[in-house]
Amino acid sequence: MRNVVIVGYGMAGARLADEIRRRDPKAERVAVTVLGDESHPAYNRVLLSSVVAGSLTPEAVRLHEPDWAARHHVDLRLGGSVTKIDRTRRVVHVDDDEVPYDSLVLATGARSWVPPTDGLLDGNGDLASGVVAFRSLDDCARIVAKASPGTPVAVLGGGLLGLEAARGLAGRGCLVTVVHPVGHLMERQLDPGAGRVLATTLQGLGIEFRLGVLATGYTPGEGLELNDGTHVPADLVVVSAGVRAETGLAEQAGIDVDRGVLVDDALRSSDPRVHAIGDCAQHVGTVSGLVQPAWEQAAVLADRLTGAAPAARYAGTTVVTRLKARDVDLAALGDVHADVDSVDDEVLCFQDPARGRYAKLVLRGDKVTGAIVLGAPDAAAAITQLFDRGLPAPTDRLALLLGRALPAENEASPADLPASAVVCRCNTVSKGQLVSAWRGGATTVSAIAEVTRASTGCGGCKDAVCGIVDWLAASQPLSA
Amino acid sequence: MTDSPRIDTHCPYCALQCAMTIDNGRVSPREFPTNRGGLCQKGWTSAELLTSPARLTTPLVRRDGELRPASWDEALDLVADKLRELREVHGPDSVGVFGGGGLTNEKSYLLGKFARVALGTSQIDYNGRFCMSSAAAAGMKAFGLDRGMPFPVTDLDDAGAILLVGGNPAETMPPFVQHLRNAELIVIDPRRTPTAELATLHLQPAPGTDLALALGLLHTAVADGYLDKQYLADRTTGFDDAWRIAATWWPERVERVTGVPVADQRAAVRILAEARNAYILTGRGTEQHASGADTVSAWINLALALGLPGTKGSGYGCLTGQGNGQGGREHGQKADQLPGYRKIDDPAARGHIMDVWGVDDLPGPGRSAYELLDALGQPGGPKALLVFGSNVIVSAPRSNHVADRLKALDLLVVADLVLSETAAVADVVLPITQWAEESGTMTNLEGRVLLRQVAVEPPEGVRSDLDVMQGLATRLGQPAERFPTEPEVVFEELRRASAGGLADYSGVTYERLRQGEALHWPVVEESTPRTFLDRFAHPDGLARFVPVEHRGPAEAPDADYPLQATTGRVLQHYQSGAQTRLVRELNQAEPEAYVEVHPDTAVRAGLGDGRLAAVVSRRGRTVARVRCVPSMRIDVVFLPFHYAGEGRANLLTNPALDPTSRMPEFKVCAVRLESV
Repeated sequence: MRNVVIVGYGMAGARLADEIRRRDPKAERVAVTVLGDESHPAYNRVLLSSVVAGSLTPEAVRLHEPDWAARHHVDLRLGGSVTKIDRTRRVVHVDDDEVPYDSLVLATGARSWVPPTDGLLDGNGDLASGVVAFRSLDDCARIVAKASPGTPVAVLGGGLLGLEAARGLAGRGCLVTVVHPVGHLMERQLDPGAGRVLATTLQGLGIEFRLGVLATGYTPGEGLELNDGTHVPADLVVVSAGVRAETGLAEQAGIDVDRGVLVDDALRSSDPRVHAIGDCAQHVGTVSGLVQPAWEQAAVLADRLTGAAPAARYAGTTVVTRLKARDVDLAALGDVHADVDSVDDEVLCFQDPARGRYAKLVLRGDKVTGAIVLGAPDAAAAITQLFDRGLPAPTDRLALLLGRALPAENEASPADLPASAVVCRCNTVSKGQLVSAWRGGATTVSAIAEVTRASTGCGGCKDAVCGIVDWLAASQPLSA
Repeated sequence: MTDSPRIDTHCPYCALQCAMTIDNGRVSPREFPTNRGGLCQKGWTSAELLTSPARLTTPLVRRDGELRPASWDEALDLVADKLRELREVHGPDSVGVFGGGGLTNEKSYLLGKFARVALGTSQIDYNGRFCMSSAAAAGMKAFGLDRGMPFPVTDLDDAGAILLVGGNPAETMPPFVQHLRNAELIVIDPRRTPTAELATLHLQPAPGTDLALALGLLHTAVADGYLDKQYLADRTTGFDDAWRIAATWWPERVERVTGVPVADQRAAVRILAEARNAYILTGRGTEQHASGADTVSAWINLALALGLPGTKGSGYGCLTGQGNGQGGREHGQKADQLPGYRKIDDPAARGHIMDVWGVDDLPGPGRSAYELLDALGQPGGPKALLVFGSNVIVSAPRSNHVADRLKALDLLVVADLVLSETAAVADVVLPITQWAEESGTMTNLEGRVLLRQVAVEPPEGVRSDLDVMQGLATRLGQPAERFPTEPEVVFEELRRASAGGLADYSGVTYERLRQGEALHWPVVEESTPRTFLDRFAHPDGLARFVPVEHRGPAEAPDADYPLQATTGRVLQHYQSGAQTRLVRELNQAEPEAYVEVHPDTAVRAGLGDGRLAAVVSRRGRTVARVRCVPSMRIDVVFLPFHYAGEGRANLLTNPALDPTSRMPEFKVCAVRLESV
């Protein structure tokens, strides 16, 4: 039996263990050891913004029950730190122990990057009092502990996670200011127009913004000094300025590392017995930092390590960015940098900043290649489906921007209905048949029901039948 | 047909079993809690088949390749001789029996007994496997009991909110819609159906993604603070394991898989949770999948999280489809079941039934419906098949293959009232009585037992299914009294056989039913209109959360088959259409197979509204007329499954089976469109 050792019990490592056990539930093919440095069970990092917002408890975002490892034949070792990989002897050192492997998987994740603002770090290189990164479940607990209503909070970073944290804190009643060094929010995913509308929407939810400025200094109990000479009061500073892949172990072991551990389509590093997945891995130039690639990589690697599909390959992940923030509906996908007058692309743009709506859609040969959809939930869902499934966009582009084809208005007056229009579906009775019945002397709803059976099924057309009877009576009064 | 007095009865078609009166062979609607005096076009025209020239009135036996009239004795002798010969040479499992969810309780019961006692075969299953099996399996897991609606239909009248998943009652059981009027209605369906048009909120997931949607709604119920923790503690077990999976289905991820906007997911949960009382109902749309049982479990999990099942004025239920889809799944025509909803592999259940039947042994479980059809004429599979109340050549998945399997049989016997497509390829066809010509009980979608009484004289030459079973059983050496032909006598035996089982009918009598008592099973003495108010049927009285994970359709679209086909019904037809296509008025309204397509998708395939299209899957090719429908998803086509020949939607469908319920994946397969 082969020994698979997974370093890291975060979203990627936990998922890989799950995927292996889905393919080899009784541990007949591979033994799995998971080494985690935190002492508590793995949790779902995607949901941390929900923990900050207070909608989910820390317990609810755990990935596994406490007895998971025992139930699934996994050797789970928590709280130890991996100090070294010995590739010649094929062992990893965990504190004073050695753990042998046949295949080693690095799922070490990433750590928060702290901007070089004076005072954010204390003398020991730790975060100063009142400063919390937004990365782990423990971070969330620290944030929540300080986030009582009315507390001034500064969020450093106006990217996806920073805005999710800001939205959650504003929901708790904190006075939130987001400080972002670029001139518009989420500049990796949004164009300036969308960034502006997003800022307006979030301002409506009580969040203030300081854009295009750098935080130069932090004083505990006071707040942040900015490089435009202004000051942001903050009892709490949440740092969400990006992450860096955790690659120390790999580097130390002489494995090729760039911004992450370099892996091929088989998720192999420069040492074929060592793999990397998730936030610590760099595949074809991409260090993702998102959960979906990590999960797709875990599935591929499990296919290979268990022999379920030895030829499985990871071909990259189509990324759709979706802001998880209550009352803000934002999706961004693909390449959105084409101009409206682009020759190669068809570009649609819709802006309604007053109502918090912005949509930009880039198509090439009828296929969606990029989109930003803000404040139009139906369109976001529909366009994402077209993008993910590679479907041609409907020719009715306006309907697409609305998200769905709207049913035809059914308010036509009886006079305007064609004679063939079915009025009573339950009994397939058309307007023409109703008119004939009326002319034949059935001039009340019950008489018409007797003759045609209209309205005798679910009864839903009774008003419509009534309307036709009234219309006929009014337009053709019975001769005296 | 001679004139008879006014007789109160129920409609021959769906599980709503609308009350009607037959007077001189004419049908009129009758006030009753389920249909409230309503009838759809099928019900109004149901009497037409009583006098239809298409009616079979003499047995037919294939000679020189042609079906030719024969006497009953000739036909039954021939069948019995062949069955005896096959059994002697190949053993009892060389004969299979295929039943139907339209058969009365008496017939369903006696058919199971006939198979296991007279034929000694384990090879019996029925078309209800294609209908209710996923909901039944999930209901059993969660509640320990499967009664489609564990409350009377009229309870829905007072609902604050109803979530209806994969059901289109505005077309499939129109008078039922009256009970949805007062609630805020949420409909989940990949199509904008007439039922979806009635809804406050319509969620339109991609076909085959309902399970992800259900997991997502559970996630949102928890994240938005709607979890009923007191109910969870008092009445359920297993939430934590179910939550661990639902926790990974946050709304944005669900949106990406299903196409249902996050805002709509939230709105749906809010409407359900904030209503003063609420129901979740499922239909075939969400159940007929290779992950159908798990999908229903996921909807039940949502209902449990909101504290609905077993709470007065709230609940979970499934909308049973066929006329006796409920009773038909309780009394032993299912491969793994004995009467009273007993399990065939339970020694105590076997002992009880052997006592009632006066036999020393019983066969064990047999193959499920599709597996049975797939095995016909194969090594180790049945060499003869007796079909009662089913038209498998139209209604089973991958129907070309099923037709081939039927051809490979030594003997195919079909009992039907008209020459259905399956009867047309049989070796022996037995003409039988139909609903208004015989009595018997039906159990409707709310578990209420209804009595249908003889309203008209059957035409000369036809016999009842019960007669057929006795005729064959006695020829195979059984005593006649073991296979009574009088429905009430059969029912008296069914009462004893079901006594002590989950579906206990021991307190139901024809006399009580004639007096109009509302009897919802279980009935030992009193009726049980609501089954779970005090406790669920598991030994500890608690409902179970079942941890389930989304799997997606068994066949994903690809470059060769880029579209997804889904199938369903139209108002004017019932099931395989064998009966309704013969009713002039119904057939005029919907005369031929059609395919609903988004207008752009039609144009891309070189098609237009009204043109004939070929819809092609890996398994077959269906020809249907194009209907352009702008509300269709651009990657989905819809076909009704009521048509014969090259219009059969089931030429396309995928027989991938659910691992628990053995339900085939009728509701999604990969196809492409071609012009004809």
